[in-house]
Amino acid sequence: MYFDSFDAFLRMGEHGLYVWMAYGATLLVLLSAFFITRSMSRSVEENIRWTILSRQSEQAAGTAQTQRQGNES
Amino acid sequence: MKLNLKLKEYWHKLGSPRWFYQITTSWVTFFGICALLLLATGLVWALAFAPADYQQGNSFRIMYVHVPAAMVAQSLYIGMGVAGFVGLVWRMKLTDVAIGACLPLGMVLTALALFTGGVWGKPTWGSWWEWDGRTVSTLVLLFLYIGIYALREAIPDRDLRARASALVSLVGTVNIPIIKYSVEWWNTLHQSASFSLTEKPAMPAEMWLPLLVMVLGFYCFAGHQVLSRMRLEVLSREATSRWVLQLLQDKSAEAGLGQSSLIDHGRD
Repeated sequence: MYFDSFDAFLRMGEHGLYVWMAYGATLLVLLSAFFITRSMSRSVEENIRWTILSRQSEQAAGTAQTQRQGNES
Repeated sequence: MKLNLKLKEYWHKLGSPRWFYQITTSWVTFFGICALLLLATGLVWALAFAPADYQQGNSFRIMYVHVPAAMVAQSLYIGMGVAGFVGLVWRMKLTDVAIGACLPLGMVLTALALFTGGVWGKPTWGSWWEWDGRTVSTLVLLFLYIGIYALREAIPDRDLRARASALVSLVGTVNIPIIKYSVEWWNTLHQSASFSLTEKPAMPAEMWLPLLVMVLGFYCFAGHQVLSRMRLEVLSREATSRWVLQLLQDKSAEAGLGQSSLIDHGRD
């Protein structure tokens, strides 16, 4: 540990404001990038699921019949 | 027979995005875990354990986020330039996906590099902003990113959008060597490279080791982000294809969501 006390760590010499601003901005950027991308991938998957389900409920009867014939042959 | 031929044709057409999606599944996790470990280690090391600079004091700790942000921002742009070139020459679909995935992260990291540079400049140069060669060429990089982003938002046609952004990405790469050599051509305020692949750093190891960890962490984070974004774009572009259906079915079966009947045929 380079600093003598937690207080000295927060003050960073005279440069606490600048150091913490830079690191705060960095964390903000990294974390928001991560969470935005994650929520985007989830919503893409949800959308596709929803489309598939709604399309299937329309075709449910027809598909079931062809499926049965396919299994028998 | 007919069905077989049709299937083959289908496979061929979809082969590439599907192949990409499958091989990158484990890469995403790998990059994510590496990024988390490296960044956590690097941040603590840089903030609390690295010694202060004898001239700049503790403000020099800003280097540990400023340098990696700037390096990765430029690398992502180079990636876009290369993808643009490949896309223009070979008309690959995935290259446009890659450009779209590098763009947002590159843009925010360029902004972050400029911001942390300003915050570092205030105690070191005495001002938030200087019209220095390095800062101006990095500002140009930010404008290039914003320009390509706006271009992509403005063109609804997918092929035209892909070609336009590939061309601008490629042309814009001339700015990258300008950023690199700006500190030598216009020897004004910005200090020269603290890190290079070919030379031993001038700093002591206790100062550059945390920088190395942070740089690697940022690159892994970028790898994780770019791959995740590419994968979600591939998924949404291929939403109607069969492998996506199968994939989502397997996923919900794994999660035990009780939605295992997304498709109730084809697994016999």
